[in-house]
Amino acid sequence: MSAETHRSGPSRQTTAVPGAAFDLTPTDEQRMLVDAVRDFALNRVRPAALAADAACQTPPALLATAAELGLTTIGVPEPLGGVLEHRATVTAALIAEALAEGDMGVALACLAPAGVATALGLWGDADQQGAHMPAFVDDAPPAAAIAIAEPRVLFDPFTLHTRATRTPAGDFVLDGAKALVPRAAGAELLVVAAELDAAPALFLVEGATAGVSAEPEPAMGVRAAATGSVSFENVKLPASALLGDSDPQVYRELVALGRIGWCALAIGTCQAVLDYVSGYVNERVAFGEPIATRQSVAFMVANIAIELDGLRLVTQRAAALAETGRDFVREAALARVLAARHAMQIGSAGVQLLGGHGYTKEHPVERWYRDLRAAGMIEGALAL
Amino acid sequence: MINLEIPEKLETLAGQAHMAAEHVLRPISRKYDRAEHTYPVELDTLAELIAQANAAQAGYDTSTPTETSAAKHAADGNINGRSLASLVGVIEMCWGDTGLMLTMPRQGLGQAAIRAVATPEQLERFGGKWAAMAITEPGAGSDSAAIRTTAVLDGDDYVLNGEKIFVTSGDRADLIVVWATLDRSVGRGAIKSFVVERDNPGLKLDRLEHKLGIRASDTANFVLDNCRVPKENLLGSPEIATAREGFAGVMQTFDNTRPMIAGMAVGVARAALDRTRELLAEAGVEISYDHPLAAQSAAVAEFLRLEADWGRDGCSRSRRPGWPTTGCRTPSPRRLRRRRPRASRPTSR
Repeated sequence: MSAETHRSGPSRQTTAVPGAAFDLTPTDEQRMLVDAVRDFALNRVRPAALAADAACQTPPALLATAAELGLTTIGVPEPLGGVLEHRATVTAALIAEALAEGDMGVALACLAPAGVATALGLWGDADQQGAHMPAFVDDAPPAAAIAIAEPRVLFDPFTLHTRATRTPAGDFVLDGAKALVPRAAGAELLVVAAELDAAPALFLVEGATAGVSAEPEPAMGVRAAATGSVSFENVKLPASALLGDSDPQVYRELVALGRIGWCALAIGTCQAVLDYVSGYVNERVAFGEPIATRQSVAFMVANIAIELDGLRLVTQRAAALAETGRDFVREAALARVLAARHAMQIGSAGVQLLGGHGYTKEHPVERWYRDLRAAGMIEGALAL
Repeated sequence: MINLEIPEKLETLAGQAHMAAEHVLRPISRKYDRAEHTYPVELDTLAELIAQANAAQAGYDTSTPTETSAAKHAADGNINGRSLASLVGVIEMCWGDTGLMLTMPRQGLGQAAIRAVATPEQLERFGGKWAAMAITEPGAGSDSAAIRTTAVLDGDDYVLNGEKIFVTSGDRADLIVVWATLDRSVGRGAIKSFVVERDNPGLKLDRLEHKLGIRASDTANFVLDNCRVPKENLLGSPEIATAREGFAGVMQTFDNTRPMIAGMAVGVARAALDRTRELLAEAGVEISYDHPLAAQSAAVAEFLRLEADWGRDGCSRSRRPGWPTTGCRTPSPRRLRRRRPRASRPTSR
C-alpha cells in the first residue's frame, strides 16, 4: 500500500547532518542521556542481573524505568510522539552500550521494542504508524521484537526458510519458525523476516494472530531477555502487514542496524569486563604482589582495552554513517566481525583473569562471557 | 558530534598524497627495495612540491606541534589540525611505499624534536632542514632513559661521546638531533637533545644497516668521538630538570610520532587489502557484506577478518591518538602508547 493513497503520508525523522570534523566526542545532549542510562544500568540493573539471569526474566520495574527514560522513542518521529527530529543511531548505540554495562540480557529486553519502533519510524506507512506507534510512546510500551534468526545451523539472514505467500485477494500467508526472539512469550508485535517472491521481506505480525505461537527457549546467554521461539502456522496477514514494500534495501539496512545494535551491547558488556578485571588484578595478591604486576596478566588486560576501543570506534563509525543517510552496511558488517571474534575473547579473558573464581557465580564474569557469546551470533532481535 | 570520516577540509590533501603515492612512489618502489642504500633521486622533485604546498597551505605541516599549541588546541576543542593532516598524508603515502615515505627529504623525525623545544633563534637556524633523530644506543632501546652518550660543556662547546644506532635518514639528513646526558648520575632529567651538523668531523658513520623491509630508507649507526657542537645547539633549557619534568618533554616527541607509526601500518595494510581485493575479484570470488562469514568461502571470511582488523586500526589505532591536536579533550600518554601495538597486527597476520 503506497503512501499516496493516504491523505497524509508517513512521518519520518530526517537524516542527521554529517559532522564537518573527525570527532570522537559525544554531544552534550548525548552525554547527559548516556549518564542517566549508565546510572540506571550500574545502580539498578547490575544488582538485579544475577537473579534476572536465573529467572530468565527482566523485572517489570526495570522495564518501566527504561520506558521512563525514553529508550523506546529514539527512533520515533516527532509528529508521532517522538522527541528527536533527526535519526539518532549514534545516540541509540551509546544508550545500548551504557545499558549493557548493567546487563546485556536486561538491555536486550528493554531495547527490543525500540527496534520495532525504529523500524516503524523508518519504513512504516501512515496506516502502520497510526496503528502501532502510539503504543510505543505510551508509559508502558509493549513487548515487541524483530524476528530474523531461524533455528538451524549456519543461519544466513539472506536465506530465509520462513515464507510468505500471496493470496489471490492480495493478502499473505506466513509459515515458518523464528528463534531467540526477546520476550517472545509475551510479544504483542513482531517484525518478522520472511521470504516473499524469492527475496527477504518484512511483516508486522501481532502476537495474538491465529497460528502464531511462542515457546520459551532459554539460551546460554542474554537470559534476562526471556528469549523464545515463535512458530507461524498458516498465519493469515492482511496486505497492510507488509513493511517497507518488500524493498530489498530496507531489509539489508534492518539487518545491518541489528548488527550495530549487537555490537553496541557487546561494547557495554566488554567495558564492564574491563572495569571489573582492572580492579581485581590490582587487588588480588599472589606471591606477595598484585597479579597485575605479572606481564601475562597485564597484557591480557591491555589487550581487552585495545580490542574494546577498536570495536567501539568501528561501531560508532557505522552508526554515524547510518544516521546521516550514507551507506553503512559494510561498516556494520566489519564491526560484527570484530564483535564475533574479540568480544567473545574479552568475555573469556574476563573469566580467565579471575581463575577459578571467574567460573563461579560469585562473580559476574561468567555471565558476561555467556552474554558476549551472543554478540556475533544472533541476527536481528533489535535494531538501532 | 561523533564522526569518523576524513573531514572534508583534508580530502584535497588526502587526494594529493594518494596521487603522489600512486604516480611517484609506486613506480620506483621495487627499484629501491632492491637497491638498498641508493639515494632515491626521484624524491627531490616531490619534496620540492610538498615544500611549496606547505608554504601555500598554512594548515598543513608534517612536523608535530609545540606544547603551547597543543595546549591551545585542547582549550579550543576539536580542530582537526596539523596532527590529523599529517596522519592522513602518512597513511596515503605509505599506501605507496613506506620506505620511500620515511626517506622523504626534509621530513625527518628530528624536526619534531626541534619544534617541540627550540628557541626562536634555534628555529631560525634549524627550521626547514632535513633533521634525523639519534636516540637509540646498543644498550638503550625502548628504555630511552638508559642513554649513556654523554655531553660535557667545554668552553663554548659541548663535547659529545657515545654510540648511536638505528638513526633513520642518518646518512642523508643535514642535521642529527642527538640525545645525550649531561650527568649520568642524575637520570632522566639530565637527558638533553643536541643538534649536530651531519658533516661534523666528530660524527663518524659506522655503518648502514641491511634490513628486512623499509629498505629505501637508510638506517645509520654512528660513533660520536669527541664531537664538538656549539653550546647554542642544545635544544631547550640547559638546566638539569627534575626527573619527571625533563623527561616528559622528551617523551612528548614519542607520543606525537607514535600515531604516525600506526598510520604507516594502516597505509601499507590498506595497500595489501586493495591488492587482495583485486586478485579475489580476478579469481571470480565475490565478497559480501550481507552474508555471515560462515556462509562464505574461507578466502572471503579471511579477507573480511583482515578488513575488519584494518577498519579498526584505520579509524582508531592511528587517528584516535591524533587527539593532542585533532579531537581532543583528555589525551594522556598512557592512552596514546596503548595504540601502537595493534596497528602492526594486520600487516603481520
